[in-house]
Amino acid sequence: MNGLGTGPTARGPRRDLRALKLLMVGAVALLSGCVEHGVTFMSPAGPVAAAQRDHFWQVTWISMIVVLPVIIGVPLLAWHYRYGNSKARYSPNWDFSHALEWVMWLVPAAVVVVLSVLLWDNTHKLDPYRKIAAAKPPLQVQVVGLDWKWLFIYPEYHVATVGEMAFPQDRPVELTLTTDTVMQSFMISALGGQIYAMPGMTTKLNLVADHVGHFDGDNTQYNGDGFADQHFTAVAMTKGDFDAWLSKVQNDGVALNTLAYAKLGQSTTPEQVRAEFGTQAMPPHVTYFNDVPSGLFSNIVNRYHSGAPVHAAQQPGSVAYNAQKLGE
Amino acid sequence: MNLTQPFWPAVLGRLDLDSLDFLKVFFHPTLNDVILSGAAWAVLVGGVLGVAVLSYFKLWGPMWRNYLVSVDHKRIGIMYIVLALIMLARGVVEGVVMRTQQADGLGGGFLSANHYAQLFSTHGTIMIFFMAMPFLTGLINIVVPLQIGARDVSFPMLNSVSLGLTVSGAALIMISLVLGEFSTGGWTAYPPYTEMSFQPGVGPDYWIWSLILAGVGSTLTGINFVVTIFKERAPGMTLMRMPMFTWTALCASILLIFALPPLTVAALMLAADRYLDFHFFTNALGGNMMNFANLVWLFGHPEVYILILPAFGVYSEIVATYSGKRLYGYGSLVVATMSIAILSFTVWLHHFFTMGQDANVNAAFGIATMLIGIPTGVKVYDWMATMYRGRVRMTVPMIYLSSFMVLFVLGGLSGIILANPSIDFQVHNTLFLVAHFHNMLIPGLLFGMLAGYTYWFPKVFGFRLNDRWGYISAYSWIVGFVLVFFPLYVVGLMGMTRRTVSYVDPAYQPWMLMSGVGAIFVTVALAALVVQLYVSIRERNYTRDIGGDPWDARTLEWATPSPLPAYNFAVIPHVHAREAFAVAKEAGRGYQEPTGYADIHLPGDTYMGVIMAVFGTAFGFGMIWYMWWLAVVSFAVMAVAFIVRALRGDRAAITIPAAQVEAEHKAWLAQVRTVTPVTRERELEHANHGVAAPETKEVAA
Repeated sequence: MNGLGTGPTARGPRRDLRALKLLMVGAVALLSGCVEHGVTFMSPAGPVAAAQRDHFWQVTWISMIVVLPVIIGVPLLAWHYRYGNSKARYSPNWDFSHALEWVMWLVPAAVVVVLSVLLWDNTHKLDPYRKIAAAKPPLQVQVVGLDWKWLFIYPEYHVATVGEMAFPQDRPVELTLTTDTVMQSFMISALGGQIYAMPGMTTKLNLVADHVGHFDGDNTQYNGDGFADQHFTAVAMTKGDFDAWLSKVQNDGVALNTLAYAKLGQSTTPEQVRAEFGTQAMPPHVTYFNDVPSGLFSNIVNRYHSGAPVHAAQQPGSVAYNAQKLGE
Repeated sequence: MNLTQPFWPAVLGRLDLDSLDFLKVFFHPTLNDVILSGAAWAVLVGGVLGVAVLSYFKLWGPMWRNYLVSVDHKRIGIMYIVLALIMLARGVVEGVVMRTQQADGLGGGFLSANHYAQLFSTHGTIMIFFMAMPFLTGLINIVVPLQIGARDVSFPMLNSVSLGLTVSGAALIMISLVLGEFSTGGWTAYPPYTEMSFQPGVGPDYWIWSLILAGVGSTLTGINFVVTIFKERAPGMTLMRMPMFTWTALCASILLIFALPPLTVAALMLAADRYLDFHFFTNALGGNMMNFANLVWLFGHPEVYILILPAFGVYSEIVATYSGKRLYGYGSLVVATMSIAILSFTVWLHHFFTMGQDANVNAAFGIATMLIGIPTGVKVYDWMATMYRGRVRMTVPMIYLSSFMVLFVLGGLSGIILANPSIDFQVHNTLFLVAHFHNMLIPGLLFGMLAGYTYWFPKVFGFRLNDRWGYISAYSWIVGFVLVFFPLYVVGLMGMTRRTVSYVDPAYQPWMLMSGVGAIFVTVALAALVVQLYVSIRERNYTRDIGGDPWDARTLEWATPSPLPAYNFAVIPHVHAREAFAVAKEAGRGYQEPTGYADIHLPGDTYMGVIMAVFGTAFGFGMIWYMWWLAVVSFAVMAVAFIVRALRGDRAAITIPAAQVEAEHKAWLAQVRTVTPVTRERELEHANHGVAAPETKEVAA
């Protein structure tokens, strides 16, 4: 299950406690029957987020060596050396001590050295581009940022979704991201960190879930009026459930043809996409697409490198583009 | 100009009836539009009130003569700080509105997303460029020439020009409340979102031109103060005898020179994209927004230290003064300040660890970022060591200082956390980040500026600020800050993104409510500052600072009368030690009569500042609204004024005869001798008229 492969992890001793926490979170999720809101890397659902959480606390505790003396010392100094306290020692011309200098410079420096080693190690270990080692090859998902939703393309299966990204648990997911509008930032906090998605460029994010569940997914980079509604649900499911889900999307989806994609390019929230394309067969808040043409993703990226201008009327998400009535 | 064009669009550009924000309330009386129009009306009514007050008290003449055309560094400093306080008021109100919206934001709230986006964009832009920068520039203006024993800055006219340009930028931001909308792209205005396709309105243009104008002004300020500090120091004032505030002002000025141009260039490139169809940052035709991110943060990170270093300087001054003790570790503090200034250019990439670069790159910049923590930590320890074995008076500035130290290390902790790319991937763009930089800038910068304002106020105006209202304000800022921003750390870890008008997770709500309560305290703090100023002016006769040294302070500026004469020093002092005034007082030579006086030459008044402010604003306004004639005319006026002034030179320079200087100085010395010196026990009482009685020399263990 552990995809990171290298290096010791600090997760061992906490495993029991985490199971308990998962149980509680799971119970809440079951009762409310929806997304586990507020489940972030603080209660991780995958090894990347777990390592990030551990690193967060490591840094916090180690930094206490330099932080606590100030928090404790300042009130004590202010009280003990107060003007009225005639018992306190007073040395108005004392302004230097070699011993103190050494401590002042070397202790923070030592702390920074330790933190830097941790930083170097974790930055490489948790590099979003780094493939997660696993028995199974990663599931490829192409993510297109549009205003104000993410479009998830499953190139191997020629399906796509808005509002929901499903994947099997314990199998790594390799996301390739771009946008067809302004810059956005993609994050599923419970699984791992965020990465920017930028027009004409691709970025990578490797994630894996170690148990089934529903997790919040967001865009964290402001991109206009619908920003607050740009959420999706990341669903980690069993292998069997995922296969069933795939065939459901293939059967119940609507075709993602040129016109449908052009309409998706207009600035709409996932709910508005559902209202426009959704059918009874699709679950609420989610829209399924099938017949996704191969090469859709690379076309989206390459369009900005054709050497020809992309006028506002052809630029998804722009004011002029949104003003058009498509398909009428 | 194309004559086939209709007349009015050629004159008014794209300005039309829909641009008039103050009318919106009559067409769409929703709460959102009431607030929108209310802000426009506040600017209009405030402007009219200001004019009315100035007319009623017949202040136009004195304001023009004593301030607007003055090149006196103290007057220019005062004008900078007045601007900063006005903009602080607007920025705080915007912050309070945003906190209220988010307290009410579970699934909705009362503001539209667009309005909220304008609020966070103007709030950030204003607080950085038109509150923080003018505040610290004002303090530097007032204090640095005094601390180095100079009569004025090296380029007094240029100083007035800098102020004029800063004012024009601020004026454009205020106009954006009344006419049209501001950008919704945040204070960093990342393209392509701020490109023409996505925001064809005037919003990003307001951002561009107000920043370019203020940016040029700040660059000139930087040049002015580097030269001033290098060239205008009194005899004996070696670099290593300069007070710490001057050191930090020097570092901040160097940073201004090198850091502002990338921002100005980035804004000009964005303007080229928007006005001339260039493709620097567009999606297609080879544009790349990553270049903008790099340029903006190549400015943006040094900017953080431009903001914080002068505050560190203020803290270094007040900790020594109010501990009644020499500043501990002067050499260490100088080295730390310089290290911070240099390192600040090596870390900009940590603002976008998430842009997809290699892990090696991220790790290198992450480590560089943590390195800055070392000198910064040393500074905090140095201030603690200054309090150690001192006799600490918990005056208002010391309340700011001690709360700053405790809160700032917590902000430093979250900064160290954010410096780790792998953790930053999780908390970047969340409210954790928002909490972090407010944690650095409120206890760091704002508390420092307010401490400096309290500390140097009597030096500038000749009477002390009311301490009771000062304490109320300080405690309200502290409580307000903690209540507003600590909850943001929590919701940030819970995944709440920044800049979101509403949210769906009910778990955020209690924290947002707590944060909203904090906003009430912040409002009280701001109001207390206003009351404090009013009460202090009313009671000024009881708190006169005749001797010029109300705090038993240590550096040169306190050896002068309060308020200061235009020439600062009757005779340029000879400096023989660090903390020269404290040394002189200890030797009983605090108020000595010089052996001789000489004529004093001072630069003359200039219209350049006013020309820059008026025509700078008009130029920006013309560019924003496509009134090309206005932009061209205004730019021409500015350029011609500059050239004419350069050719003519300063024709209004004045000479103050030695006899007059002697008479004034002797009169002051005589007056000082009539004042009863007070010990620090009675520092805050009416008996304190600015002459310090000798204190206990030393107390052994």
